[in-house]
Amino acid sequence: MSSHINKSSPGEPAAEVSEALQDGLGQPACQAHSGEAPCNALQAQLDSESSEEFEQLERHGLLSEISRRRFIQASSALAASFAFGMPSPAEAQETTQTGPVTLKVNGLPRTLSLDPRTSLLDALRENMNLTGTKKGCDHGQCGACTVLVDGRRVNSCLTLAFAAEGAEITTIEGLAKTSDPKTIEDLSSVQAAFLIEDGYQCGYCTPGQIISATAAIAEHQKGELSIVSWQSGQHDRPELTDEEIRERMSGNICRCGAYPNIVAAVRAAAKGPRA
Amino acid sequence: MKSFAYSRVSSNEQAIEAARGRGASFLAGGTNLVDLMKYRVEQPDSLIDINHLALAEIKQAEGGGVSIGAMARNSLVANHPLVRTSYPLLSQALLSGASPQLRNMASTGGNLMQRTRCYYFTDVAFSACNKRNPGSGCSAIEGYNRIHAILGQTDKGPTSGETCIAVHPSDMCVAMAALGAKVEVEGRNGKRTIPFSEFHRLPGDDPYRDTTLREGELITAVTLPPARFAKNAFYLKARDRNSYAFALVSVAAGLEMEGSTIRSAGLAMGGVAHKPWRVPEAEQALAGKTASDETFAHAADILLRGAHGYEHNRFKIELAKQCVIRALSVAAQGTSEVA
Repeated sequence: MSSHINKSSPGEPAAEVSEALQDGLGQPACQAHSGEAPCNALQAQLDSESSEEFEQLERHGLLSEISRRRFIQASSALAASFAFGMPSPAEAQETTQTGPVTLKVNGLPRTLSLDPRTSLLDALRENMNLTGTKKGCDHGQCGACTVLVDGRRVNSCLTLAFAAEGAEITTIEGLAKTSDPKTIEDLSSVQAAFLIEDGYQCGYCTPGQIISATAAIAEHQKGELSIVSWQSGQHDRPELTDEEIRERMSGNICRCGAYPNIVAAVRAAAKGPRA
Repeated sequence: MKSFAYSRVSSNEQAIEAARGRGASFLAGGTNLVDLMKYRVEQPDSLIDINHLALAEIKQAEGGGVSIGAMARNSLVANHPLVRTSYPLLSQALLSGASPQLRNMASTGGNLMQRTRCYYFTDVAFSACNKRNPGSGCSAIEGYNRIHAILGQTDKGPTSGETCIAVHPSDMCVAMAALGAKVEVEGRNGKRTIPFSEFHRLPGDDPYRDTTLREGELITAVTLPPARFAKNAFYLKARDRNSYAFALVSVAAGLEMEGSTIRSAGLAMGGVAHKPWRVPEAEQALAGKTASDETFAHAADILLRGAHGYEHNRFKIELAKQCVIRALSVAAQGTSEVA
């Protein structure tokens, strides 16, 4: 359930909301997505969610007069324009306005109602209950949040959820061979290698390490280079040496310092499934 | 993060039209912009998502060069066959920057637009920063200025509204400067081509401006001229960590060799100035000479003419000189191997 009512600042002039929304910067998401996003269906869904929320809040006596007015203004404006975000700069600071976004994670599409500021990381953890992906620095420096977007590893903390719409997102939860892995055989080769080689200590960075290693191995198999490839004179199908592994995994920090075993796990996984 | 309106565009025209709005920013890879928004250094009122524009192509350009679309990701550019074989300098520079995850996200245009990593710029707790808060002064000049400029900076003291010793953080741009690239842009008044050396600017008396891009202009591509340095090129990056760290000093060195004689050279430094530092006179000093440490040292001296350091970065002047000599000598050997 969206939380745009609760987060609105009480002192804000309600009349500006609908005007501001209609004045939004041109391109509502569903227009830009011509033919893709079922605008009417989403609108109906949002309307029904909104009125449900309204009823619930009223039942519990949680609607103040201001929020009641704001709610009505905001939901009608939403229905009218579908522009999300806060187009009025003066009052933009603390208000929250949500919009629909469909994310396809581990093969399953799900439509969420999110503030445009929401990172893909927060959408996964807070809205989709996929807490395997970890929040470390939240600034693209530690790699704990690494996920695959269309098969390429990225930092989900610096990816806006809205910008990931339409992509195939893979998280640690989607890596195993089965949806409910029971034994090591059910895990991906990289997951299994981390277990066998003891490639972690506290485990917090491990989902990011495993996703990153999965991509690193695939990149190497495609013949992609690292700076170590250039510096070692192997700029045509470089061998995956330990030095290469360290360079290719440098976007993932392990605060416990489990690097030797992480390198061993990547090395083992790259050699393919155990005989 | 301050709230913003998000919109998605599917054509250059739409993007340029949407950028008319006050406080609008284009969103490409987002690796720098979203980060700075979290720090409230950047506070756009609207984000125009240009990730769906057809600007990701890397192709042979007319006249023998290569055109790199503004949305081509750093990792794809570094590994594209045309770049690997004809512009190894660019491949090396790209792969020296950031992490694999960030290189997968970061775009060519976004890399051109990235902001300085000056600690005082990225932390709003420091009120004095002429780049972030024009006219407020400079916290770096008497602060911890290890990563700051030694060339082309504006130094009128910590309280002056013009002082700025920030450096441009890109590796990619240093290689592009040495290669003599051009930046293609499109705006409400049509298209124009900006020579690479004129795209980024020195702080001058308005350090809040990083580039000469006009308001609302969209970068569409970077064009590289026909390759001269396919065989003799080396990107050297000196940094505090071996990987995933910004340069203290970097050097992009490209040589066109004929035996042991240098026919022509491309040479630029990173981590030392508000823009990739290129002095055409230093390149000319190499042309026609026999490759030797003396020749390289002479070019380095020209490149570093007027260098001025501060409490924590004086070492960069000698470091830069040695890096230039080293990069040129590795390039001259026709290898990218580091012993």
